[in-house]
Amino acid sequence: MRDVAIIGTGETKVGEHWDVSLRHLALEAIQAALADAGVATVDALYVGNMLAGELAGQEHLGALVADFAGLSGVEALRVEAADASGAAALRVGYMAVAGGLADIVVVVGVEKMTDALAGEIVYGRSLATDGDYESAVGGSLTAVNALLMRRYMHEYGYAQRDFAPFAVNAHRNAVHNPQAMFRFPITPERFAAAPMVCDPINLFDSAPAADGAAAVVLAPGDAARTFSAVPVRIRASAVGTDALAVHDRHHPLLLRSAALAAQRAYEQAGVTPQDIDLFELHGSFGILAALSLEAAGFAAPGQGVRMALDGEIGLTGRIPIATMGGLKARGHPAGATGVYQVVEVVHQLRGLAGENQVPNARLGMTQSLGGSGGTAITHILERME
Amino acid sequence: MNIPRNWRLQQQRYRLEGEVCEKCGARIFPARDICPECEAPAKTPLVFSGKGEVYSYTTVHTPPQGFEEFAPYILALIQLEEGPLITAQLTDVDADHVDIGMPVEMVTRKVQGGGAEGPIVYGYKFRPVLHATVHAAPHE
Repeated sequence: MRDVAIIGTGETKVGEHWDVSLRHLALEAIQAALADAGVATVDALYVGNMLAGELAGQEHLGALVADFAGLSGVEALRVEAADASGAAALRVGYMAVAGGLADIVVVVGVEKMTDALAGEIVYGRSLATDGDYESAVGGSLTAVNALLMRRYMHEYGYAQRDFAPFAVNAHRNAVHNPQAMFRFPITPERFAAAPMVCDPINLFDSAPAADGAAAVVLAPGDAARTFSAVPVRIRASAVGTDALAVHDRHHPLLLRSAALAAQRAYEQAGVTPQDIDLFELHGSFGILAALSLEAAGFAAPGQGVRMALDGEIGLTGRIPIATMGGLKARGHPAGATGVYQVVEVVHQLRGLAGENQVPNARLGMTQSLGGSGGTAITHILERME
Repeated sequence: MNIPRNWRLQQQRYRLEGEVCEKCGARIFPARDICPECEAPAKTPLVFSGKGEVYSYTTVHTPPQGFEEFAPYILALIQLEEGPLITAQLTDVDADHVDIGMPVEMVTRKVQGGGAEGPIVYGYKFRPVLHATVHAAPHE
């Protein structure tokens, strides 16, 4: 296997882009990434997307995006793993370069959600749950995560307001991210006053549906310096899975997929959680942020919320998360999110995160979850010295 | 509305039919033909009692398309007395009266559909266990 490096990144602003189509969002991110990398042609394109068929009326994205991105004729495929699709596309790109099947690969995550009505979006996201036994009985993605949250509160003795620090931290960091959807701070009081979506998950505990695209360009590690002055090496790329349905898991409050993916990633990179300088986790709801911190070894079971309450997730805390706003405030364009996470970690490792710079960031980790944790995909990135 | 998709789930939907693993004894719902505990083939049918208790619950205020007429509704994880968890709506109860640990039993109710949405889909929901009044026999 070859070392793989990220030599360029690009991202659109996350938001409600009524004036831009899916293909043009992808084009914008890809062009920015290719320009950053200083390359004009690629060997392959992998597109991460969750919901284009359901919400944008478009399948067959590999060829479509390649054509409209000026890469006509190139190998191009779409990769899907619910809202971990972007990370899944990076995983495929990584395998292609690491395995020597391609040299220069562009990975783009793209999603167009906000053309659809609210009920259609809720339905679309519910397709990440078990279609015969969760969504068929009225289970939305938010609802099944609310079941996890209520049980977590019951077992560990937390109140709903104890989850506020995840949203407060995310919003505080989004203020300085020009690509973020919600660039305003919120207070714990405002969090507590938000209307319920699926009790105990309220509106300010839920990542917003959004449009957006993010892209990275990959190259073999030994060639990375010829393209980029500050390349970032992919030290680990790992996938874990679990039952889609929460009711089919042995221990619903232990995210087995995330634990497996993190453990595999630590082994590949030869590091431990203590070596990680920042962690872009999948905080689509506060409960998933807490469970991710626990599954990845940053907190003991039941202590993820305690970490947030103790201020350990801020930019200067023990393990900074959502450093550019996270899913909650940067926005959560489903299948694009996994690539946004990676782009943001690259900014941090290159020292380009501005007001949100994590001091001396050398090793960063991303973890994307599909649905309520059926899939988890973990990458560990390192600044090349 | 996809009729075959619902029709082929009738044994699960109407009588909670699952499976039991002959090798390790695990009771399995829904049927999956491979035991999730020991990975042995498991195809022996088992009809569950429909009794259980609430493991967790939520009130859905923002429903997916197709469930608007029921909102707000209570979705729950039920721990069946045979062991497995199942996701289902609670019925015949207000959220204020639901607690983790509350005994519940399965009933058959309308889950979706009707009118312009096509055929009505029936399936399992769970309600608080009814306590029948026991009358002494008139002639001992």
